[in-house]
Amino acid sequence: MLEFFGTLTHNWDIFSRGFLTTLKLFLVGAVGSLVLGTALATMRVCPIPVLRGLGAAYVNTVRNTPLTLVFAFLVFAAPKLGLDIAFEPAAYLALTIYTGAFICETLRSGINTVPLGQGEAARALGMTFGQVLYLIVLPQAFRTVVPPLISMLNAMLKNTTVAAGFSVVEAGAIQAYLSERGENQIYTLLWITLGFLCFVVPLIILQRYLEQKWAVAR
Amino acid sequence: MNATVLYDAPGSRARVRHRLIGAVTIVGLAALVIFAIYRFWDTGQFEPLKWKQFEYPAIQAQLIDGLLGTLKAAGTAAVLALLFGATFASARISDAWIFRGPATFVVELFRAIPLLILIFFGYYVPVRFGMAISNFWALVAGLTVYNGSVLAEIIRAGIAAIPRGQSEAAYALGLQKTQVVTLILLPQAVRAMLPSIVGQLVVLLKDTALGFIITYPELLYVGKQMGSRLAFDLPYVPTYMVVAAIYISMCAALSAFANWLAHRGNGKPSPKPASPR
Repeated sequence: MLEFFGTLTHNWDIFSRGFLTTLKLFLVGAVGSLVLGTALATMRVCPIPVLRGLGAAYVNTVRNTPLTLVFAFLVFAAPKLGLDIAFEPAAYLALTIYTGAFICETLRSGINTVPLGQGEAARALGMTFGQVLYLIVLPQAFRTVVPPLISMLNAMLKNTTVAAGFSVVEAGAIQAYLSERGENQIYTLLWITLGFLCFVVPLIILQRYLEQKWAVAR
Repeated sequence: MNATVLYDAPGSRARVRHRLIGAVTIVGLAALVIFAIYRFWDTGQFEPLKWKQFEYPAIQAQLIDGLLGTLKAAGTAAVLALLFGATFASARISDAWIFRGPATFVVELFRAIPLLILIFFGYYVPVRFGMAISNFWALVAGLTVYNGSVLAEIIRAGIAAIPRGQSEAAYALGLQKTQVVTLILLPQAVRAMLPSIVGQLVVLLKDTALGFIITYPELLYVGKQMGSRLAFDLPYVPTYMVVAAIYISMCAALSAFANWLAHRGNGKPSPKPASPR
């Protein structure tokens, strides 16, 4: 038991550094993918066919690409094209590119649940497409898709560990460091798991809370 | 999309405006593509040497081996995950808390842990008990418990979504719980949840790429090896383009299958009862 706690206390430097990086990846990735997802969703529902097609092509391609491949391309192939990206920015970019496609689809399914009358009333008031979307439809759509949206962010939080394979020292990389220090691997993994639970459980609680608070009666 | 909540059918001025924005987008896109091609050309990605390796039978065989490695891991994990999912879903809908409680805990826990960490567990736990395990089985173990837990949730939710009248009627006829589930609920639920199940198998197939991190020789790992060959002037870009094309076509085919399954029932009369409960 003492050894189990020792694994954490003796290596607190690595654990705190790893999970801080994970938190950073998560926050930047969440903001980035929400922005990208909203932009993509706007494209996919807008009246201009070219933009709709472009959005659909992006989403269908990225959703069928493994995240690890996106990482590998940004880290190994992009420098060969003259785009030198440091490991951490590459991780932000990969998570955003990948998660954005999923956020877009979630938002779009939410837009479909908003009653037709809402948009019609808004247009009757003379609102443009952008006003209808951002002032009337998206705020309502957003509330209905908060649970799947948080699940998506939760998945992204777990996906940050992929960065460990690409030289970013986040929580998933702690394992490799501590096995060099000769620590018990199982204990290390258990602590990493507990660390992730500390992130995941509040997210799930937030999801349940918002689900009830923001429930839309339709 | 004939009736959309967001915009009316465009009038003459809006049509002109839309065409203008469409044209600007196409021009912008074309500029981007030209810039990308220029970068490819400028950094010598079109040089024959970088593409030459794909002509060698030995390298083609290596690529095929990587693909087979991916398919082997995905296939094995898919079968095991479906078994895992079915087992834990049936435990979760059991009336006995002794089954329900632990199954709920396991399913919720495995869904909360990153897949990569589960794969590490799959590797180090057997090592701890003196069993060396191949990275293939570590990968399969991780994929199985993670996707199995997600599948268990899909199956449970599918069964829970069947209208209550179905099971009430079955119980009224004197069927036992097992009969109700296997004869009445599952056949109806499978239809509804098949698209989600296939969708999860797409996720599983994509996640085999994590094998790269634990050096299991699957497609992405082989791609890294091929890309790092100095003899062909480090052909990372061509190799990853080929690898990406393989992944995307495999996953897109499976996704299309899931979509087809989801829309297949649309032509038929709705299985939902007239009065919602």
